[in-house]
Amino acid sequence: MGIQSVIPFGPQHPVLPEPIHLDLVVEDEVVKEAIPNIGFIHRGLEGLAEKRDFNEMVYVAERTCGICSFGHGMGYCEAVEKVMNVEVPERAKYLRTIWMEFSRVHSHLLWLGLTADAFGFESLFYECWRIREHVLDVMEATTGGRIIFSVNQIGGVHRDLNEDQIRFLKGELDQIEKDLKNCEKTLFGDMTVQKRTRGIGVLTKEEVHDLGAAGPFARASGLKYDMRMTGYEAYGKLDFEPIISEEGDCYARILVRTKEIFQSIQLIRQALDQLPAGDLNVPVKGMPKGEALVRIEQPRGEAIYYVNAENSRFLNRFRIRTPTFANLPGLCKMLQGANYADVGILVVSIDPCISCTER
Amino acid sequence: MANVKRSPWILHYDGSSCNGCDIEVLASMTPVYDAERLGVENTGDPMQADIFLITGGINSQTAPVVKQLYDQMPRPKVVVAVGICACTGGVFKDAYNIRGGADTVIPVDIYVPGCAARPQAIIDGIIRARELFQKRSEEHDALMKEKKRERRQA
Repeated sequence: MGIQSVIPFGPQHPVLPEPIHLDLVVEDEVVKEAIPNIGFIHRGLEGLAEKRDFNEMVYVAERTCGICSFGHGMGYCEAVEKVMNVEVPERAKYLRTIWMEFSRVHSHLLWLGLTADAFGFESLFYECWRIREHVLDVMEATTGGRIIFSVNQIGGVHRDLNEDQIRFLKGELDQIEKDLKNCEKTLFGDMTVQKRTRGIGVLTKEEVHDLGAAGPFARASGLKYDMRMTGYEAYGKLDFEPIISEEGDCYARILVRTKEIFQSIQLIRQALDQLPAGDLNVPVKGMPKGEALVRIEQPRGEAIYYVNAENSRFLNRFRIRTPTFANLPGLCKMLQGANYADVGILVVSIDPCISCTER
Repeated sequence: MANVKRSPWILHYDGSSCNGCDIEVLASMTPVYDAERLGVENTGDPMQADIFLITGGINSQTAPVVKQLYDQMPRPKVVVAVGICACTGGVFKDAYNIRGGADTVIPVDIYVPGCAARPQAIIDGIIRARELFQKRSEEHDALMKEKKRERRQA
């Protein structure tokens, strides 16, 4: 047995846009154990629910994370609507679905770029982020914000899509699809990508299931588990199948997420074709009373929102379980026995969103 | 602008923000906005950085890390607070865990507003930081020269 030493990874590290700390116990070049230490971005967001009006809290909930911000706002609104027995108009449901899928495209493109950066493929990183700007243009034109959109409200949404915007949106979708098809050859065929990702960080279906992983990370190991299949918002009326892969390595994770971008583009097209006419929101009267639990599919996996209220302006308790938190045990399992040089790509491969995790 | 001779490197750290500003900092480095045309470069090493872009309202656990990163940067250095959280604490100001702004821990020179800060605003902040860095470098050089002369006379 060799000599064991501990190498700190993070909180400030070149591959990480956000701080997380891992203590890596290494023996020569091989990682024996990884001990995560989180809390660097804990803001106490859930505690703010006791200080903010439940309508204002939407804006705080959206700022859980800058990447999946739309989903967090939507999840919070859904939970409060469930408590108050509000039925959201059909058009609002479709609009929420469209924006949600756009944020999924934006999140996955961002992740593809960061992954390319993690194994040193800088031109691919820049290319992915260039494509991502199309999504941000769409978001800015339709909601007014690039990152934080603030279009959700309890009882619906407060912005509409007009004919011009829908035409612009469809044009941008075609452009994103075309650009990503060009990128696809490099992503799946390039030697550099294959060498760094094939057979790295393999997790089997059973391991992923037992460790409670969620989202594309679990689907890349063959676990067919997608919250969108439960049919919340307009997903029940759209036609799609969760994308899975059997290999369970980093390459499979790239494959699954890239295919999900194309799937999201198809979902947006379907939703735009079916978009019903009608109101954007319903007036909400009274105060929330009771408790509700809502599960939605964020770009990174299943997120759970819990709301507890007692007939007052302020909620008793608001709780979010985010997908990255569920994926951290999977990450620690993957790191056992990995080469030290692969730690960067392995950490990035779960698509860590530390701001979500720590709230 | 015309007489800027140096090419400062940027260090970026997320001090308890929602990461909206962080991805905008990265986006302002990528092709559409391309802040790198101004001669700056994003680096992961504080010891080689000249401009510190800090986002977020700083909580108790991240405060020593921010302090350490600031101390590790060589002089002269410029600190840019990106986003409303780094300026004042923003939407999280009332949260129990947030100190309220990057200037509670380290001295901040330039404040960039916005939630999330737009790439245009971030680039404006970088340009101002670059000018300030140039000015401080010249002062630093003059000071060093002065000290050298004193040493020679003594």
